[in-house]
Amino acid sequence: MATAAEKTRERLSVAKTYKLYIGGKFPRTESGRYFKLTDKNGVVVANVCRGSRKDFRNAVVAARKAQPGWAGASAYLRGQILYRIAEMLEGRREQFTAELNRQGIAVRAAEKEVDASVDRLVYYAGWADKYQQVFSAVNPVSSSHFNFSVLEPTGLVAILAPEDSGLLGLVSNLAPAIVGGNTAVVLASASRPLSAISFAEVLHASDLPAGVVNLLTGYRDELTEHFASHMDVNAIVYCDGGKRAARQIQSLAAGNIKRVVERSGIEWSKPGAQHPYLIRDTQEVKTTWHPIGT
Amino acid sequence: MATPENTLAFDGGWEYAPAPESTDHVEIDKRYGLFIGGDFVKPEKGRYFDTINPATEERLARIAEADAADVDRAVKAARKAFGPWSRMKAAERGKYVYRIARIIQERAREFAAIESLDGGKPIRESRDVDVPLAAAHFFYYAGWSDKLEYAFPGRKVKPLGVAGQVIPWNFPLLMAAWKLAPALACGNTVVLKPAETTPLTALKLAEVIADAGLPDGVVNIVTGAGETGAAVVEHPRVDKIAFTGSTAVGRVIQKALAGTRKKYTLELGGKAANVIFADAAIDQAVEGIVNGIFFNQGHVCCAGSRLFVQEAVADEVVEKLKDRMETLIVGDPLDKNTDIGAINSAAQLEKIESYLEIGRSEGGEMFQSSCTVPDTGYWCRPTIFTGVSQSNRVVQEEIFGPVLAIQTFRSYSEAIAKANNTPYGLSGGVWTDKGAKIFKMTQNVRAGVVWANTFNKFDPTSPFGGYKESGVGREGGLHGLDAYLSLEA
Repeated sequence: MATAAEKTRERLSVAKTYKLYIGGKFPRTESGRYFKLTDKNGVVVANVCRGSRKDFRNAVVAARKAQPGWAGASAYLRGQILYRIAEMLEGRREQFTAELNRQGIAVRAAEKEVDASVDRLVYYAGWADKYQQVFSAVNPVSSSHFNFSVLEPTGLVAILAPEDSGLLGLVSNLAPAIVGGNTAVVLASASRPLSAISFAEVLHASDLPAGVVNLLTGYRDELTEHFASHMDVNAIVYCDGGKRAARQIQSLAAGNIKRVVERSGIEWSKPGAQHPYLIRDTQEVKTTWHPIGT
Repeated sequence: MATPENTLAFDGGWEYAPAPESTDHVEIDKRYGLFIGGDFVKPEKGRYFDTINPATEERLARIAEADAADVDRAVKAARKAFGPWSRMKAAERGKYVYRIARIIQERAREFAAIESLDGGKPIRESRDVDVPLAAAHFFYYAGWSDKLEYAFPGRKVKPLGVAGQVIPWNFPLLMAAWKLAPALACGNTVVLKPAETTPLTALKLAEVIADAGLPDGVVNIVTGAGETGAAVVEHPRVDKIAFTGSTAVGRVIQKALAGTRKKYTLELGGKAANVIFADAAIDQAVEGIVNGIFFNQGHVCCAGSRLFVQEAVADEVVEKLKDRMETLIVGDPLDKNTDIGAINSAAQLEKIESYLEIGRSEGGEMFQSSCTVPDTGYWCRPTIFTGVSQSNRVVQEEIFGPVLAIQTFRSYSEAIAKANNTPYGLSGGVWTDKGAKIFKMTQNVRAGVVWANTFNKFDPTSPFGGYKESGVGREGGLHGLDAYLSLEA
């Protein structure tokens, strides 16, 4: 799209087509729909894919397929891949800052958001091989059994990312879900969707297996019911949205007893917005009774 | 294989003389009110219902039916008690809970007899499982009261407020203990609703709670059926809901709570896979199958109701299982020889029998032991279905009775695929001589509790709860505390 800077340059810039990220590929929405994203001067920044129910269902298929492999990867490997995502994002610091700026965030604030996003990824990368040690237990049962409880990923997590924190909010909700072996389908902020799609490019270059993260752009009002009702989604994490959305999501989630995690009113830039209990939100406790002796 | 020479003669003339548990020490009132604010009170509308002995169909007592106004009274009493109870020195709170554990132990025989009278379960199970585990549960959580800050690193913990708890009829006292013990230890007050067919031990527990001197209103017990439960769930001043029961009702509850700020745990249905590998100790495995599906008449959410046997040993296992089934004694729950007691209610028996019909009409081959059953009361002989497949309803749906669906498998991967082919995920079992195979299996079964070379084992230190549509949250152990606390930075 045309930018102001273009007029002062001789060369015509090549604008990016912002697409979805599903199963390790960048398809356009199957619906062919789009919505215009404009900057503060009303200049069109991008025609963003308006993802559909079908796109979401395709993403769930990809995420389900990727889930056992990702959960089966060693904790060390998952940690390294999250760290790699941080490295890739760090390397594209200027790009992300400029993009956030184009979506209406002041340069200083944009820089801070990118830095915080990188640091958050490093934070969760470090948890990959530690949260299990903090949250699991050996249980002293009265019978002759070695009884222990460990965390296992809930499975497939649908995430409605925060509307007002396009990059950091997305990273802050995505990282704790995938570090624990879940796969995810994420609906990005509708008003700040660009960083999400560019972040998909970062993911794509980070040895993250295809399908572990799937990113959609589109209207939350339209897609919420599908995120909440899909029978092959194990958990839904939703940020903000108010009481009506809460009622809708929790009510539809009951169809297959989804785990429902609400994260409302959280300042994602605060240090308190990162902790291992966010990992635990999308984990199950499995208890094993192993015999002792014969 | 079986020959006339090596087949045991189960009809060889042996008979067990009756060995009934005495009930002369048991006191059951003619009529029970609602336990609200430390007293037994009359229900506002004055309505009562019968609780009967499912083995004789005779009335045991009249039980008050709580309506929304009664539930409101109970919630108000719990709300009033919450402040002092939650601010009490934690060690003192713990000592109250210890007292409950001790009094249950002292009155164990009485509780066991009433549990069998009211619910139909064999006295051996109420005596050896339900009552001792209930006491142990209180004892375990009592000790947590003043140690909660060690359970959740980096967090401060706070009680939630008033917990509304709705429990089922299959383990009436034990489920009350599972619900009450952690709630009280964490500083919450409670409104508990027992199941309408088995309210007696909860009402006896109210006596224990009064004897233990708990402050009025800390525990309130409201009896009634589904409507009473709905009034508890929907009451606006309840902060947390804990429910154990069917997935269908769990769904209704999750919907009813949508848009509220109430925290909830749901412990729902199951259709557990019990997987027998060829290298298992077969006789031990057969005992495990019997315990998995016939324990408590199969009225167990984590029952091993889907059996998968590796092909090489399938004929042997099924034959031995049938032989073993012939030795099971179905009858008087109070008789210490009884293996399988009465089905809990006429409605449940009807449901089980409808599944027997469905199983046969879908082409399954049904085998039932040839034992006799009493003329009055509700009874179902131990039953297995062979020749069924993944899509049969008796394989997919929770029957909640002594009915086992048997299938075979060849490879490990087939066993896993079949075991996980269910919307449920509460429990599972694996039988093999090989430790590595145990771990591989238990890692891949999508279920909250997995037993290896055993089944239906419970312990207060051991977290219990389901994956997928078997529920949300855990009960028991350190992980069970989470349900009754809010964690803050």
